[in-house]
Amino acid sequence: MLSRDEDILKAAEDWRKNGRGVALATVVETWGSAPRPVGSNLVIDEEGNFLGSVSGGCVEGAVVTEAIDVIESGKPKMLEFGVADETAWNVGLSCGGTIRVYVEKVT
Amino acid sequence: MNLDILKTLNEERSARRAAIVVTDVASGAQRLVKAADVANDPLKDALNKRLRMGKSGMEETPEGRVFMTVHVPPARLVITGAVHISQSLAPMGQLLGYDVTIVDPRTAFASIERFPDVKVIAEWPDVALPPLGIDRYTAFVALTHDPKIDDPALLHALSHDCFYIGALGSKKTHGRRVARLKDKGLTDADIARIHAPIGLDINAISPAEIAVAIIGQITDRLHASEETA
Repeated sequence: MLSRDEDILKAAEDWRKNGRGVALATVVETWGSAPRPVGSNLVIDEEGNFLGSVSGGCVEGAVVTEAIDVIESGKPKMLEFGVADETAWNVGLSCGGTIRVYVEKVT
Repeated sequence: MNLDILKTLNEERSARRAAIVVTDVASGAQRLVKAADVANDPLKDALNKRLRMGKSGMEETPEGRVFMTVHVPPARLVITGAVHISQSLAPMGQLLGYDVTIVDPRTAFASIERFPDVKVIAEWPDVALPPLGIDRYTAFVALTHDPKIDDPALLHALSHDCFYIGALGSKKTHGRRVARLKDKGLTDADIARIHAPIGLDINAISPAEIAVAIIGQITDRLHASEETA
């Protein structure tokens, strides 16, 4: 309810209107201690520029990479991140939680 | 997300109207439900619950497993009185994420020097408040001690369903206020919605401490209204 975030959704709209390929990532589920609440958004363009956050910095890099795929394919993806992942040392959540992130193209 | 949905969503958000995006995460199918249309929606029970809580989340529905992204307007704090307490309360409110507005027709009080980073409107409440679009996502605090300013503002806040309403003043001062407001036609139920004496009971003395007591009480009501509303 409280938000002084940059206006991520407005940016998504503006970027798309300017002809950029755009994807929107949304935290849809969290377990345990998660850095950003369900509903948090990250907007990504085809060149990897992004605004917002889904984890406070832990997994944004991986989400951006996947988002560029989604922009190309047009197919939404569900991503999951947690410390149990084999990639934990690279893109795990240091806080010990697990998050699920839905990534969709803005068409 | 379809650009038309995104555009409509942004229009609703900028007009401070709540809306929910319903996404079938298996198929990617998506639609936008404006707050005004929830009552006619097949998923109205789940949508209403989410809207009241202001929380996004997964829902098991007859349509399948859907994610509901809830967009409610950012909370605001509207204060009458560009007074000493407000000088602490306004930055505290901003720190907590509130969009803060101070209303005080007394131009000597409502100076930019005293409130460098806050929106201050040097007008009477009957002029200043209606354009603000005060709503259930707004906390209202009356701090002037002046009935000519606080009373009309309180009436406005009560009739616009603010999630928190507080008024500065001792029990005696509040007693006189209650008598005046009842003369204006307010019921006991209306009066009971005003927190007065204002703030949590933390033995606050200085203006900054009183601001802490007030912001603490607003925080309490904000989350209580999400759970029980």
